[in-house]
Amino acid sequence: MEVNNQELEKNFITTTVDKFLNIARSNSIWPLSCGLACCSMEMMAAAAARFDLSRFGYEVFRASPRQSDLLIVAGTLTWKMAGPLKRLYDQMPEPKYVIAMGSCANSGGPFADSYSVVPGVSEILPVDVYIPGCPPRPESLIQGMLELKKKIQNPELGRKTSDE
Amino acid sequence: MNDQWLDGERLQPLQLKFPEQLEIAADGAQAAVVIAPPALPALMEELRYGADWQFSMLSNLTAVDYKTYFMVVYHLYSPALRQGIVVKCRCEGENPIVPSVTHWWPAEFQEREVYDLLGVFFTGHGDLRRILMPDDYSGHPLRKDFQAPARAEKR
Repeated sequence: MEVNNQELEKNFITTTVDKFLNIARSNSIWPLSCGLACCSMEMMAAAAARFDLSRFGYEVFRASPRQSDLLIVAGTLTWKMAGPLKRLYDQMPEPKYVIAMGSCANSGGPFADSYSVVPGVSEILPVDVYIPGCPPRPESLIQGMLELKKKIQNPELGRKTSDE
Repeated sequence: MNDQWLDGERLQPLQLKFPEQLEIAADGAQAAVVIAPPALPALMEELRYGADWQFSMLSNLTAVDYKTYFMVVYHLYSPALRQGIVVKCRCEGENPIVPSVTHWWPAEFQEREVYDLLGVFFTGHGDLRRILMPDDYSGHPLRKDFQAPARAEKR
């Protein structure tokens, strides 16, 4: 079979192994099924038929942290829950990413001065993407995950967790 | 059939049984009695098993901080006789101690919550530890004199 150079250029890319792995990773993120409060409703809506997160390859919400590479902190994090959430994060295999979804996860939201609420998950976890909103609409979550995709494909855009 | 009112006449036997310790705060649609901690177990025994009362359900247990004293509040209901009563246990001072009612009703979690948030100590509870706040937390956040730490101090 004769293959001309023009056809080859359409069907092949040359890249490094790291880059190739990052492309694979960023297009099939497996988030952990972990919802803390009302934001998780929007997260479920994003995964369901109307907003259909699976268009981007992100719909495989896993029930085990061992199989996940993304922790979406969707909701208010209390100090009582901070320990278990940190433990879930520690159980996830590297490379792993964290999205802070909504005002509470970003900064504590309306409960920032409360005696029981963590004022932002960055207190205990390294956050990759912050999504504002109370709660953010599913489109916002999708955009946040696409921003995370860019970050995974271009690691130089953000600090690595191991640098900290 | 509607709920039966506990009017003054029907509460009279209770007053006679505890002449000194019991005070009838309200009768009628929402009857309420106030009692001091030492007499609480005897009163609860009577209300739980007495033929005229049969309060087999503890529908609510909470407490109120009145700054100089605490009031532990029990909402009791009798499905058999369709009547309800509020028992308030008045405890003076900063460190209220009340007998646990876990002997009569399954009140373990509610007493733990009151202990956690208001610092009321229930004697005879068996497993009195924090339920909502972290175990290493100090203080009782729903007390009137509680000051939430400023944001800068938390970090």
